[in-house]
Amino acid sequence: MSMQAELAATAAGRAGFLSETAARRIEAVILPLAALLAGMIAFAIFLAFLGKSPLDFYLLVYKAGFGTAFSWTNTLARAAPLLLAALCVALPARLGLVIIGGEGAIVLGGVAAGAVAMLMPGLPGPAGIIAMALAAAAMGGLWIGGVGALRHLRGVNETIASLLLAYIAIALMNHLVEGLLRDPASLNKPSTAPLPETWRIGEIPGLGVHWGLAVGIIACIASWVLIERTTWGFAARIVGGNVRAAQIQGLPAGLLAIGFTALGGAFAGLAGMFEVAAVHGSANASLAAGYGYTGILIAFLARHNGLAIIPAAILFAGFEASSGLVQRRLALPDATVLVLEGMVFIAILLSDTLQDRFRFLAFLERRQK
Amino acid sequence: MSNILMPNRRQFLLSTAGLAGAAALSGILPASTARAAGLTVGFIYVGPKDDFGYNQSHAEGAAAVKAIEGVTVVEEEQVPETVDVQKTMESMISFDGAKLVFPTSFGYFDPHILTMAPKYPDVRFEHCGGLWTPKNPKNVGSYFGYIGMGQYLNGIAAGHATKSKKIGFVAAKPIPQVLLNINSFLLGARAVDPTITCQVIFTGEWSLAVKEAEATNALADQGVDVVTCHVDGPKVVMETAAGRGMYLCGYHANQSALAPEKYLTGAEWNWGKVYTDMVKTTLAGGTIENFVRGGLADGFIKMSPLGPAVSEKGRAQFEAVKADILKGGFAAIKGPLKDNKGNVVATAGQAFVETDVALESMSYLVEGVIGSTS
Repeated sequence: MSMQAELAATAAGRAGFLSETAARRIEAVILPLAALLAGMIAFAIFLAFLGKSPLDFYLLVYKAGFGTAFSWTNTLARAAPLLLAALCVALPARLGLVIIGGEGAIVLGGVAAGAVAMLMPGLPGPAGIIAMALAAAAMGGLWIGGVGALRHLRGVNETIASLLLAYIAIALMNHLVEGLLRDPASLNKPSTAPLPETWRIGEIPGLGVHWGLAVGIIACIASWVLIERTTWGFAARIVGGNVRAAQIQGLPAGLLAIGFTALGGAFAGLAGMFEVAAVHGSANASLAAGYGYTGILIAFLARHNGLAIIPAAILFAGFEASSGLVQRRLALPDATVLVLEGMVFIAILLSDTLQDRFRFLAFLERRQK
Repeated sequence: MSNILMPNRRQFLLSTAGLAGAAALSGILPASTARAAGLTVGFIYVGPKDDFGYNQSHAEGAAAVKAIEGVTVVEEEQVPETVDVQKTMESMISFDGAKLVFPTSFGYFDPHILTMAPKYPDVRFEHCGGLWTPKNPKNVGSYFGYIGMGQYLNGIAAGHATKSKKIGFVAAKPIPQVLLNINSFLLGARAVDPTITCQVIFTGEWSLAVKEAEATNALADQGVDVVTCHVDGPKVVMETAAGRGMYLCGYHANQSALAPEKYLTGAEWNWGKVYTDMVKTTLAGGTIENFVRGGLADGFIKMSPLGPAVSEKGRAQFEAVKADILKGGFAAIKGPLKDNKGNVVATAGQAFVETDVALESMSYLVEGVIGSTS
């Protein structure tokens, strides 16, 4: 506990009822929410300067993102790839690795799925879907796992490496889709051959959103269990806290780094597979849609916690779902929602520096000896 | 990452409860849609609608539609060719009551429009550039224009302006629509002087300003003195080329404002006429044809007014060829013609007129074009 917090706690006489752990946990939830609110207020001031009504803006965001049944379909459809993209950032982050190139794994995962469909179109539907998922996960895992390996074996900065590899991935995708894997019938939009109809992934009944959403949510929950409830996750968190200490304890820091980056990449690769199998029906340049980058914001907003990624992804998807109505009703440019997301992101990063320094719930803690 | 949030079950429940609450609220609030009395028309653009290019040409068309009485226009720009565009179409239909939508980017067609159309059978989807076939939904239409003719006329103006006999083309991707434009541009110039060559550089992306500037500079470095392009937003190419002292031929929209002295002419879309016709047909209760194509004579495309740099001789030939094209049945691609690898693409006497559907699957660059499709 820091000195200020200690003083604050003493001054309040510690007459409260919470354990220190509980108080800290509550703070850990309230702080990002307060930061979210602060970001939204900052954006409201920005809007007011532009002469637009912040109230109208937030009502529209609510209406278009969460206000009607269609809005929810819209939001959840956008959230589906973001869940998996955010995991690609969040899992390595628990080891202290900042991976920002998930976009590359998404794109190549999609290409791998498209390639499987071209190489083995004879497979029956379920086998085809499984083959595509495995290929996409393996491709994404290799791509981002490779970044982890570069970090471990050669000391290459994983942030820069992953970002640059994302550009290479997009160039590679264009090369393959316009060359080796191009369906000659795709004239003005070079693509891989259309997936067999039985390989297409449909919608979750009654929801109007493809099954990628369910897989994303399961992946988020599984990641949380892995990190918080298994010895591997515990080891990863120790490595994230202090690599040297972890190594002295005999933990395989390098293998953990490669494993967790590969797992994150595999999730991103799966996101690409769902784009191909559930949305596009073939792999093409539309795969590079920026989901990997939005995933970074979501992972930080969720503080790299698998469970928190779910509401964070839905929130950001809701922001993006509202972008269109905001453009149409308020005559604001399309970048408006990006500015909002940026302000929220900065507020969240700032709030990170306050964590554990500013113990505003210390007065609720039980007196300690 | 030392300060890591470690939530417990309680927090998870809290967040889920929040979501459930929001969902419940959504049930209470009705989907208050602002439906206009007349016809609401939606326009969707893949880039910014003031890009001096593809998107601006469609936005100018939308602006013309706004002037029609009883019509409300809703627009959305920067919509990617992903699930985003599907949701934008649905949003325009459910929140704005749109009955006619123009998703204008080529990549919106398959699978996005083809997914949405069966869900909303009473909404008309009109798509630019797609190849509608009778197997596709009946409430979908595709339209396009023979803009290759405009690039042929650009080539005539360029052929008269070039001193180095080298003209240049900054292209996005080697796809049929782009290849036809490159070939037409060179063949127009060769109608002036058969020794002219055209250097093409593909940037690989529809909108990638840095590469477009690099490509334009590379063309200037090689002695090219007239340049045109086929990218979504020609602004960067035009400004860079003018800065290097090259003459310009525009594309998509009128770019003369960017360099009035250097701008020769340009091949422009004339969507204002096309969209006005389609909306008026809809208002009158008629049905738009599913497969629509048109050229200079039909008012689908137009040429920018000739700039001050075009010579008298150039002006005369430009107007003569334009008059020829307006008569209909003009062929830029005609034999004897070889591609730039030496294969015959048209034998003597063979001609592909502008309306020939074979041109929509072009895969070669003609002799005289320096560059490769792969």
